[in-house]
Amino acid sequence: MWPTELFGRPLLPTRSFSMIRQSFFERNLRYLFPLPALIFVVVLMVFPVCYTFFLSFTDWSLTSGKPLNVVGLKSYFDVLKEPRFLEALGRTFYFTFGAVIVEMILGITIALILNRAFAGKGVVKTLLLLPLVATPVAIGIVWNLFYDPTIGILNYVLSVMGLPQSGWVSETKSVMPSLILVDIWQWTPMITIIVLAGLAGLSSEPYESAKVDGANARQVLFKITLPMLMPTILTAVILRAIDALKTYDIIYAMTGGGPGYSSENLNILAFKYSFEYFRMGQSAVMLVFLFIVVMGFSLGVMRLRRAFEL
Amino acid sequence: MFVVLLVLLCLTVSVFAQGTAEQAKPEIRVLLANHPYGELLKTKIPEFEAQTGIKVNYESLQESQLTNKLTTEFATNSSTVDVFMTRPLQEGLMFIKNGWYKGLDKYDFNDYPSNSVDIGRKDGVAYIVPLVTEWQVLYYRKDLLKKAGLTVPTTFAELEAAAKAMNKDGVAGFASRGKGAAAVTQLSSFVYNYGGRYLDGGKAVFDSPEALEAIRFYGKLLGNYGPQGVTSMSWENIMPVFQAGKAAMWTDASVFYGQIVDPSKTQIPASDIGIAQLPRGPKDDSPFIVVSWGMAMSAKTKNQDAAQKFLDWATSKELAKEGMLTNITMARDSAWADKEVRAIMNPGLVETQAHAAKNGYPFDRPFMSSVGQARDLIGEVIIESINTKGTSTKLPALAAEKAKAVDDLLKADDEYGKL
Repeated sequence: MWPTELFGRPLLPTRSFSMIRQSFFERNLRYLFPLPALIFVVVLMVFPVCYTFFLSFTDWSLTSGKPLNVVGLKSYFDVLKEPRFLEALGRTFYFTFGAVIVEMILGITIALILNRAFAGKGVVKTLLLLPLVATPVAIGIVWNLFYDPTIGILNYVLSVMGLPQSGWVSETKSVMPSLILVDIWQWTPMITIIVLAGLAGLSSEPYESAKVDGANARQVLFKITLPMLMPTILTAVILRAIDALKTYDIIYAMTGGGPGYSSENLNILAFKYSFEYFRMGQSAVMLVFLFIVVMGFSLGVMRLRRAFEL
Repeated sequence: MFVVLLVLLCLTVSVFAQGTAEQAKPEIRVLLANHPYGELLKTKIPEFEAQTGIKVNYESLQESQLTNKLTTEFATNSSTVDVFMTRPLQEGLMFIKNGWYKGLDKYDFNDYPSNSVDIGRKDGVAYIVPLVTEWQVLYYRKDLLKKAGLTVPTTFAELEAAAKAMNKDGVAGFASRGKGAAAVTQLSSFVYNYGGRYLDGGKAVFDSPEALEAIRFYGKLLGNYGPQGVTSMSWENIMPVFQAGKAAMWTDASVFYGQIVDPSKTQIPASDIGIAQLPRGPKDDSPFIVVSWGMAMSAKTKNQDAAQKFLDWATSKELAKEGMLTNITMARDSAWADKEVRAIMNPGLVETQAHAAKNGYPFDRPFMSSVGQARDLIGEVIIESINTKGTSTKLPALAAEKAKAVDDLLKADDEYGKL
């Protein structure tokens, strides 16, 4: 038998009302502690997404001066009929694939080169970080100065080398590659840094056994390093691709979607529809499509990862 | 739990207490544009505060951001703005329609040209006080013109000949906006001088033969003699080109005169820069002259008296005169009649204003609620014309297609055939 009293006082308190309440909190602590974070997510993330879905079923347009009506899928049909939307959708993929593929190749290559001891490695790594910390609008303005066909440095360099000049961002045919180049310049270092971190975490044992087995450098790279890095690389691809699909700042600062509509991606087009045309319903439809694209892409890559057991 | 409630209670009480304490001194929120007149107001606001005891919280924004901010605040019903600068031709109709402006029944509009007030009027109620007017002018390089043995062009034919003659040695013969939607305002005077219009009786007519001729001429000039990459250039890209001496002529709004003769910004001596009216066209001589900026009061203002006082002060005769003395072209008649002003103002500005005020047309864009989208649609036609140097065979079909699209916008906004 356990003692229930000590020096004439009960060892276990009697269950008063406040104790019941206290135990309610205690019993539900695991729900209560994450509650602030949950409220934050619901208010700032779930609500806007749901509201955008709701708006996509309305005809809300500020230029008409009328209150919004729920019109079902009409806005969806209107948007799908709009050639500008389909072009922007195509451009969103063009920009993303163009930028991310080059960034991955360059980023991994640079990381492999940097992944050995050499004098000044710390300095090089710091320099690599610079494009990442610069603000996109400032980057856009500086690159616009480089790209200026009349007074820009790039055309000057081309003319000195005796090469034909380009219109860069001011011509329809060269605007997308020029924008992709800026994205590559800015974001390749991020891939490099992620891959460097991945390389640092690799176990040295497979390399030792490869050495014993007499594997050459190429075999080590393609049979050991890259396969072991795959999870890191896929994570980098997801992060970069989601960002590239949603690119807004650089394009807005550099071309505003022009010349004409030739550098509009989904985000820029949706912005124009809401803040220049004030057609909120149609803009919401475009954002719903962007949401589906980003979501679909992320889920796809994650499934791929699971399928290959990476 | 009780502690949390107690803290909340204390916070609420303190907020209310703050509210009552500050009510003693009226406070208003004012949104200004990054425009020379907005800058002038900012320097004068402390004087207004000292005179009236009203505290003015102002914010200064770039023009499209200003529209975005106002629209977002008004549309979500969360606005605390009392007075703001506004662009009558760009957002006036939409703001009036949504009931975001307060009717200005107490304001004395006698000192303004009546057509400038009419743009911000609906059903007899005026909503916008005109602030600044702009008209289309031609800036040119006197030295280059002299070297080419030419005089200032007065017709479109002479304009083309001058552009051709001066288009050499890395200098563009002629510059004007080529960036789709932005170019619509500069093209407008060309359309008028060819006898065309963007809208007529609330219907899109920019696919008429007259308007098409103007669009072709504009594309021919810019395609042949314009700076490289002109289809992505608005005024902010062309001004540095002109200031760097890389363009012989430039047509845009009168508002930029001060900046292109400012020796700290321009590499060309001011004595080599001339200003003239836009040459006359085959049918007409009618450049745009518009109210580019106005001032209005929010329908939701909670401090109507203070807001009215600020509006009266910010649009006063005295400040209009101060604006004129710093080369801002104000809308008030009295400011133009002032002797002191006339003695100081550049004669080129005075002359071109007099010409535009007499012959000009008070719109530089399709005047409709969906003006943003309509400008993009017309912009597509302009870019096609520039890219083909005015020779495109697709132009009539393209213009007709875009005119239909603009008509659809007018119909959707219930404005078709009504404006």
